[in-house]
Amino acid sequence: MFINFFYMLKAHGVPVSITEWMMLMEALGRGMALSSLSAFYHLARAVLVKSETYYDRYDLAFAGYFKGIETPLELTEKVLQWLEKALPPRLISLAERKQFENWDLEELRRQLERRLREQQGEHHGGEKWIGTGGTSPFGHSGYHPAGVRIGGEAVNKSAVKVAAERNFRGFRTDETIGVRQFELALRRLRQLSSKVEGPKEELDLDETIQETADRGGLLHLAWARSRKNTVKVVLIMDSGGSMVPHLRICSRLFTAIHRSSHFKDLRFLYFHNCIYQHIYLDAACRIDSALRTEDFLRMLGPDYKAIFLGDASMAPSELIMPGGSIDWYYNNEEPGINWLRRIAGHFSHAVWLNPLPAAYWDRTEGTFTINMIREVFPMFELTVEGLEKAAKKLQVRK
Amino acid sequence: MQEQNAFFGGTEDYIASEELQNSVNVAVSLGRPLLIKGEPGTGKTMLARSIADGLGKELLIWNIKSTTKAKDGLYIYDTVQRLYDSQFGDHDVSDIRHYIKMGKIGEAFLSEKRVVLLIDEIDKADIEFPNDLLWELDIMTFDITETGETVKAKHRPIVIITSNAEKELPDAFLRRCIFHYIAFPDAAMMQRIVRVHHPDLQQKLLEEAMAAFYWIRGIAGLQKKPSTSELLDWVQALVVGGISPEKIGKELPFLGVLIKKDQDFNALLQRLQHPDAPKRTTGPGILRNW
Repeated sequence: MFINFFYMLKAHGVPVSITEWMMLMEALGRGMALSSLSAFYHLARAVLVKSETYYDRYDLAFAGYFKGIETPLELTEKVLQWLEKALPPRLISLAERKQFENWDLEELRRQLERRLREQQGEHHGGEKWIGTGGTSPFGHSGYHPAGVRIGGEAVNKSAVKVAAERNFRGFRTDETIGVRQFELALRRLRQLSSKVEGPKEELDLDETIQETADRGGLLHLAWARSRKNTVKVVLIMDSGGSMVPHLRICSRLFTAIHRSSHFKDLRFLYFHNCIYQHIYLDAACRIDSALRTEDFLRMLGPDYKAIFLGDASMAPSELIMPGGSIDWYYNNEEPGINWLRRIAGHFSHAVWLNPLPAAYWDRTEGTFTINMIREVFPMFELTVEGLEKAAKKLQVRK
Repeated sequence: MQEQNAFFGGTEDYIASEELQNSVNVAVSLGRPLLIKGEPGTGKTMLARSIADGLGKELLIWNIKSTTKAKDGLYIYDTVQRLYDSQFGDHDVSDIRHYIKMGKIGEAFLSEKRVVLLIDEIDKADIEFPNDLLWELDIMTFDITETGETVKAKHRPIVIITSNAEKELPDAFLRRCIFHYIAFPDAAMMQRIVRVHHPDLQQKLLEEAMAAFYWIRGIAGLQKKPSTSELLDWVQALVVGGISPEKIGKELPFLGVLIKKDQDFNALLQRLQHPDAPKRTTGPGILRNW
C-alpha cells in the first residue's frame, strides 16, 4: 500500500525506515486514518517523520505523491530569501500613484517569470526587481496596484493544500537559522578527557578500595573529577566590507561560539579580506591592534581548531600578488595565499566557513579566489548543515 | 491493556489541536512512546498532565538533568549506604533488596494500573541516554542484576517524552517513537487557550493584547519571541494592572513580561518609532491571517 509514497519520501530526503513504515501499516490496519486523506497526512507524519526539520520535505513529497504539484522549488525559495530583510512599508502620494494605473495581469505574469530568470540577488526599495519596500510589482511591503505578493499567507483547507503550503519551510536544516541551532552544531566539537579541574563528584572505586584497605577495613570514600572537554578553538573572521551583508548570520555564529562554554580555550581574531603578515585583535583591523602572524602561530599551538569565517571573495591580486593588500597603506611582501597556506599547515584542524551559499561559489565575482582558498581549507557554507559538517571535519585530522 | 480504546480529546484546562490529539491517540493505541518537541512555552509538559487527566490515569514524572543516567530510571542500588551500614551493622546488610530503590520507569512498570509516564526534557541528559533506554521501553522489562530479579511491566505505561532539541536524539530511538511537533498556535487557537486561563476576560482587551502579541512576534530578528506562557502572564498583568484596552496597543504596558532580552527591547523600540509601525495597520490583518 502506498509503497511508492515510501520511495517518494526517500527521494525527498526524509529518512524513513522499514520499522516506521511497518508501524504505519499497523496503524492503517487498525483503521486509524479514518479513511480520510488529512487524517492520513497527520498519521503518516507522526509515525514516519521524526524531526520538524523534515516536515517541509514531507510536505513536498506528500503534495507530489497525492497531487503531482510541481513546484519550481529552488526559484521560489531564493525569492523568499531576498524578501526576508524587509524595508519599512512605503507610502505613496497621489501623484506617484498615477503612473501605475495601466496594468494587465497577463503582462505582469510574463514579467515576473522573466525577472525570476534575470534577477541575481536581493533588492530593496527600487521599482523593477523583486524586493521589499519599493514600487516594483513583485515582492511585499511595497506599492503597486497590481503587484504580485510573494510571501503571503494561505488558508487552511485540504491535506494536499496544507502540504502544498509548506508551513515548515523555516525548519529545514539547510536554511540559515538561529544562534541556538549553531550552538547545537558546535556541541559536536568536543573531546572528553583529562581530569584537571572542577569539583570531585564521581566515586573513585579503585581509590576507595585502596584507602579502605589502608585503614584496615574502615570505609573511606574517594571521589574523582568527571571528564572535561579539552577542545580549544580559534575563530578567525573577515571583517571586510563585502562581509557587511552577512553581518547578521555571522553575529549569530559569533554568539553561538561565544556562548559555548564547553571549550577549554576560545580566541577571536580578525583580518581584512585576506591574511598577510599581521592579524588583528579587533574587528576594525587597525595596525595598533595588530599581531604578527608568525607570533600568532607561535602563541596558538597546532592543537587549536581553527575556524575561518569569510566570503573568500576578493580581487585575485589580493591573494596572489606581493603588495596586493586591499588597504593602500599596507604593504605585504608575500602574497596572501602563501600566508594562508602557512596557517593551514600550522593547524592540524582547520575549516573555512563561507556565508555565501555553496551554490553560488562557482558563479560569483569571487569565484576565482573562493576556489583558490578551497584548495587550502575545506570550505563549508555557513548554515546549520554546513556547520555540522565543518564540526565533523574538525574532529578528524586532515 | 484492554483500555487501548480510551480516547484522548484534550481537557478543560488544556486545549490540544486536532493533530496533537491524533498523535496522542496513535501513540497510545500502538503502544509507542510519544516524542513531543516544540518552542519553549508551548505546553509540552502540560500535555502529559492533560493526557493523564483526560484518560483518568496517574501521572509519573521523571525530570531529566544533565547528570541523569538511564539506569536511574529503572532502579538505584545504594552501594554507599550499604557499605556504611555494613560498617556499623545496624541493618540487615545481607539482603540486597533493602538497598534497591525503584526509579520512575520501575515504578511505572510495577504499578497496578496503567499509568502515564512523562520523561521530561530528555535532551538534557547525555547524548547516549536515549539509546540506553531503548530496550526497556521496547519490551517493557528489565533485570536487576544485583538480585537477579526481572521486573516486567504489569501494564504498558503510556510514555510521553519531551525534548527542547538541545541535543539531537539518536536515530534508533527516534524510529521507535511517534513524533509530534507542537507548532505555535494560530490566533483562533490562542484565543481559546487564553480563554481557558482567563474565562472572564473582556473580548476587547483580549483582541488588543493578541494583536500586539502577534505584532511583536512578527518583528523580524527577535532573539527570543514571546511564547504562549508569556502571553498568559502578560494578560494576567494587564488584568491585575487594570489597563484599559485602548492603551494596550499604544503603550504596550508591562512589556518586560513579554520581552526578556535587551536587544529585543531595542529592536521593538525602533519599530515603534517608525511612524506607521504598530498594529493599527497590521493588527486586524494579522489576526485574520494567522
